[in-house]
Amino acid sequence: MIDLVDLEAAIRAALPVSHLEIEDQSSGCGESYAIILVSEAFEGKNTLARHRFVNDLLKVQIAQMHAFSQKTFTPKQYNDYLAKQG
Amino acid sequence: MFRASLRSPLISLRPSGAKTLAASRFIGARFLTQETRSQIQNAVKANPVVLFMKGTPEYPECGFSRAVVQILDLHGVPSDKMKTYNVLVDDELRSGVKEFSEWPTIPQLYVNGEFIGGCDILLSMHQSGDLENLLENKGVIPKTEAPQP
Repeated sequence: MIDLVDLEAAIRAALPVSHLEIEDQSSGCGESYAIILVSEAFEGKNTLARHRFVNDLLKVQIAQMHAFSQKTFTPKQYNDYLAKQG
Repeated sequence: MFRASLRSPLISLRPSGAKTLAASRFIGARFLTQETRSQIQNAVKANPVVLFMKGTPEYPECGFSRAVVQILDLHGVPSDKMKTYNVLVDDELRSGVKEFSEWPTIPQLYVNGEFIGGCDILLSMHQSGDLENLLENKGVIPKTEAPQP
């Protein structure tokens, strides 16, 4: 089982985070997470590179999960995303 | 395709087998044999679109795999240009493709031998229009005509 606090700490230790949401979608068994991660460090990196970065960062945790889903944004992209969501 | 050859007992009978095993310990936790690696390498190049998924397009056995199949279907990717592999029936492929792609999850999509991404990436590329452009530019689907003014 993955500890949500550990997950958040690992992410925050690795890059500057301007917004982070971690959603446990597993109904409590700790095997399925979806994250939204907003960081200026993603500037100039394509989605594949961002996801590879996160996958590598959390590889120990992801290996223990059944499912892991991520959305990665730069602060500007996140504002656009929020605007679209209305 | 993978299973028959992977189960071949010849692999363990090779004289170099023991040596290889010992050597691989020094590299750390690498499970991907050279043989599996080259099989996957050939597989991703053998068809324009290659999807490693859980289940089959007709019976996806995971919501993420189902989503990717539906997206590809939506873009009209022709079945003769697409090949899917069910990782649930082949454990060596299931772990091998993760290491091959350096990607921890299934599904995984390749176009013309190039790793594109998993479900999250496909979904966001679909929404942004990037996927359609990619499939058109790689010759998987015909280019849509620009609307007449």
